[in-house]
Amino acid sequence: MANIKSVSKKTKAQAMGMHTEVLTGRTQQKFFNPDEAENFYYFGTHDVDFNKRTDLDVKDMTAAEANKEIDNLMGQGYGTIVIKNPQGKHSLGVGILNKLNLIFEGSLGYFGMGSCDGPIVRINGRVGWSCAENLMAGKVVIEKNAGSCFGAAIRGGDLICKGSVGARTGIDMKGGTIIIGGDAGAFTGFMMQRGRIIILGDVGINLGDSMYDGTIFVGGEIGSYGSDAVDAELTKSDQDWLKRKLKVAEIGENFDVSKMKKIVAGKKLWNYDNLEPTEKKGAI
Amino acid sequence: MCGIAGLIHRGKSSKVGHELQGMLQALKHRGEDSTGYALYGDTDGKNFIMRFKVGENVGEGSTSVAEDVSVYDERKKIVDSYLNEMGAKIIKEERVLPYSLRYEIEYYKKDLLEFSQKIESIPGVEILSMGKSLEVIKDLGNAKMVCDRYNLDKLIGTHAIGHARMATESGVDIKSAHPFWGYPFSDVSVVHNGQLTNYWNNRRALENKGMRFMSECDSELIAVYLAEKMRDGASLEEGMKESLTGLDGVFTYFVATKDSLGMAKDTMAAKPLVLYESDDLVAMGSEEIAIRSILPQEIDTYDPFDGEVKVWQI
Repeated sequence: MANIKSVSKKTKAQAMGMHTEVLTGRTQQKFFNPDEAENFYYFGTHDVDFNKRTDLDVKDMTAAEANKEIDNLMGQGYGTIVIKNPQGKHSLGVGILNKLNLIFEGSLGYFGMGSCDGPIVRINGRVGWSCAENLMAGKVVIEKNAGSCFGAAIRGGDLICKGSVGARTGIDMKGGTIIIGGDAGAFTGFMMQRGRIIILGDVGINLGDSMYDGTIFVGGEIGSYGSDAVDAELTKSDQDWLKRKLKVAEIGENFDVSKMKKIVAGKKLWNYDNLEPTEKKGAI
Repeated sequence: MCGIAGLIHRGKSSKVGHELQGMLQALKHRGEDSTGYALYGDTDGKNFIMRFKVGENVGEGSTSVAEDVSVYDERKKIVDSYLNEMGAKIIKEERVLPYSLRYEIEYYKKDLLEFSQKIESIPGVEILSMGKSLEVIKDLGNAKMVCDRYNLDKLIGTHAIGHARMATESGVDIKSAHPFWGYPFSDVSVVHNGQLTNYWNNRRALENKGMRFMSECDSELIAVYLAEKMRDGASLEEGMKESLTGLDGVFTYFVATKDSLGMAKDTMAAKPLVLYESDDLVAMGSEEIAIRSILPQEIDTYDPFDGEVKVWQI
């Protein structure tokens, strides 16, 4: 999104575990250029006024109808929308690609807030499986518990659950931060590639299984480590970041972060290169 | 995919047929090839209720072969004569559909194995359930269709489990539909969402030990597996805990007895389950919308963790 100011602090990012890979040969990695901000807006999105607020009762709507109505309200400039009676419906709030204050007065079912980029969301209830899947940017706060595959494949943004979450939290995540106030289930951080997960409570078996990169911080007990997940030293820089992040997340503000465990990829499973297929052929 | 739902009232009875219908209908997008109910009704506990079928539903979507109704009549006659031979007295008889019957039976022997083997020796006859409280009703179609067909809406009881099935590895027929009776144990039933990968190995071993399978549906293995454990003296909860390692694959299942309801989730936690617990009601389902069909107000729910087993009493 356009709010990113600078990409020049590579050294600090590497110290924080955000970029730990050593790339050789050709890379397709691209960094954001603030001069190209206009390219980071999506077609069909809306300029909204956060002070313009409205309620939407979705009790008798299907998910598709509710999502269409949210889009319609954003088109009218509403920047704060309160959703009443979501009643565990699936796929609510998906595909929002602009800034928006969205408040759900109740619980969501599966795939809530999927494929979003930018909204600030508060869910005063619980969420089902795969909440905020593929989140690109923004903030999603869940006041109660969450189901499995929480934050699957997110690329950015902050995803916060004040309660406990199910299995495979942060599976395949490629960026962003997931913060859990309670416990997390098995296979948390499974095949994660980048980003950070913070769990204040206990976590189940196979933590960080086959993770490529990224960092997991755990405050409680760990059921077992997954393949290639290893302990790392919790640095002062880590602790400062954790304190700041927990405060912003309105969660565990007084938590003693110095006792947290830090888990990263052992990188013993790395078995790929970054050559294009045609280049591989040439090498052969 | 399949969807499962269950509820148990603690300290009171309710219209469990109606409630479970609402929960299963909310899950119909997970499969509506068939729907099944295991209802634990309020009875005086004196007589057995036997639900059995003498044929299959051969309606649209069925994989069964059509038979003449006279064949059903013939099978029913043999069932009646066998019951008479075994000293079982039919107190009340209800032929709900041409192929589906409900008998209230006075029968004093405790071992139902010999009884069941005798009845099921008749080709085409299967006991869906046998118990003093349990009634298993299952048929093709979604929850509302089955509920209406069998008039389950008014059934009063304490607890119930049910299943909305999307047929995958076995046929679209009643014999493959859930719930499965925990043969030959009175009042035990099971529903399952998932896939068991060591079905054949377990089936061969259990058949060698004298256990019976009626379908080729992998979920039936759970009922038989637990029944065998209980036959060997294990409690229901012990059997369920053993199943976490004895059964391979991905699964969430519910098992109910006359006075309890339990859930188990595999160690991969690959199949969904949402739970709501209060002092007087426990409700659970594959998705929260199932629970919301009976509790529309805002409630606190959670997902059980991997490898979790829980049992509640009425």
